[in-house]
Amino acid sequence: MHIAGSIKRTLENYGRDEAVMTIRNLYKSFGVHRVLVDFSLRLHAGESVVVLGKSGSGKSVLIKCIIGLLKPDSGSIEVLGESIPELNDEALDAIRMKIGFLFQSNALYDSMTVRGNLEFPLRRHSITATQEEVDELVKNALEDVKLAHTIDMMPAELSGGMRKRIALARTLILKPAIILYDEPTTGLDPITSREIIDLIKEVQQKYHAASLIISHDMNCVRMVSDRVVMLIDGRNYKEGTYDELIQSNDPAIKAFFE
Amino acid sequence: MLRVQFWKQFFEEAGDISRFTGRLFSQWFKPRYEIAEFLRQCFIIGYKSLPLVMLTTFIMGLVLTMQIRPFLVDYGVESQLPAMVGIAIVREIGPVITALIFAGKIGSSIGAELGSMKVTEQIDAMEVSGTNPFKYLVVTRVLAATFTLPLLVMLGDAVALYGTYLGVNMSGVTSFDLFWTKVFRNLSFGDVLPAFVKSFFFGFAVGIVGCYKGYYSKKGTEGVGQSANSAVVLSSVLIFFIDLIAVQVTGVLGLN
Repeated sequence: MHIAGSIKRTLENYGRDEAVMTIRNLYKSFGVHRVLVDFSLRLHAGESVVVLGKSGSGKSVLIKCIIGLLKPDSGSIEVLGESIPELNDEALDAIRMKIGFLFQSNALYDSMTVRGNLEFPLRRHSITATQEEVDELVKNALEDVKLAHTIDMMPAELSGGMRKRIALARTLILKPAIILYDEPTTGLDPITSREIIDLIKEVQQKYHAASLIISHDMNCVRMVSDRVVMLIDGRNYKEGTYDELIQSNDPAIKAFFE
Repeated sequence: MLRVQFWKQFFEEAGDISRFTGRLFSQWFKPRYEIAEFLRQCFIIGYKSLPLVMLTTFIMGLVLTMQIRPFLVDYGVESQLPAMVGIAIVREIGPVITALIFAGKIGSSIGAELGSMKVTEQIDAMEVSGTNPFKYLVVTRVLAATFTLPLLVMLGDAVALYGTYLGVNMSGVTSFDLFWTKVFRNLSFGDVLPAFVKSFFFGFAVGIVGCYKGYYSKKGTEGVGQSANSAVVLSSVLIFFIDLIAVQVTGVLGLN
């Protein structure tokens, strides 16, 4: 299929050590409130980076700048070789096909069935696929999250954990090269939270997509991160592996791990 | 101080709605055209409002006839009842009452739906999925409201006149043919056209206000409720303002 082919080529172009996303000196303010201050980050192909910070520290603003929902005040965001803030609508749509975004609130369309929710990005990105191919993609995405039986259900009929998994299936349906997770375990009970974390790990193994995970759930950070970036007061406060950071004596870092 | 604050808020909101309307017109004719969503919205906005509009306009026609009759009987012009009520319904009461019902049902539902989509990030998800949410959600709804309200007004007028016919026959006997002859003999082009044209503006006002309030809903469920409520209040007030302007314009054009 046209789109699957283009994504495959994109992934092949990037070696394991190459950066698929580079953020340099990012600034973003809302009025007088400075949210991101000189923030920088590199995400490599196949890597899982967790951005850790307390609520209101600018994590969600960062992820929305990456996907082009917010424009940064200054700085650069390069994703798969494209400068996101400089793209026009058409080019932004094209690059968004290669970036999956799991919203904190799941953002499933209430007025559509699960099938409608999963078909929506396929149809809207003008992907040239027959109905059989679309059905196959929807079926496969639902099987990946073990919820094939919910295909004709409405989002309101699903539990919180099921909605999260359907949202993940919708994120995966375009086989993205990069997946952005905005607080994937927030609001879930510990058991469902663990299921979602396992699912994220399975997805990483199966799709080899680079993952940027925004979280303050230490369990999630410990289990899915290759590298952790501490975001404090809008800046990169510290960067390292989970094991490196847990041994830190810095009170600001220790506050997260205690 | 409070008065200054009020006017500041008033002009800020008026400016925001004007910008929102400008954005609507700038996107109106640009591809991609969301025809399927527009037709779906016509079904939801138009067809699903039909029972409520028909019920209320029927009762309105009946009640209006029953209340006017004693006054006309006193002056010995009871035979003019179909003509008088017919003109009142077609020129003024039919379009305004239908538009107010429409504002209550559709304005609130658009405000609440878009508000809820906003706070649950569905609008952002749509944008990420390669869809211009403004075109998909706002343009289709405003167009559907603009083009379905005039049809509802025509149907509502017909049902209200049927209610009038029943009202006339509750205290007398007037044949169906005679009733309609009396109604149409006194209706002119100048009665029907302005009423029909202004109902497009009523529909546009309900659509644009509902979408504006929902699209810029503040975070949280309280914001969704406020969006729905203020959509109904503002669009109802706008309907009366448009009506006031329409009567002045028709006067200038010699259609009164």
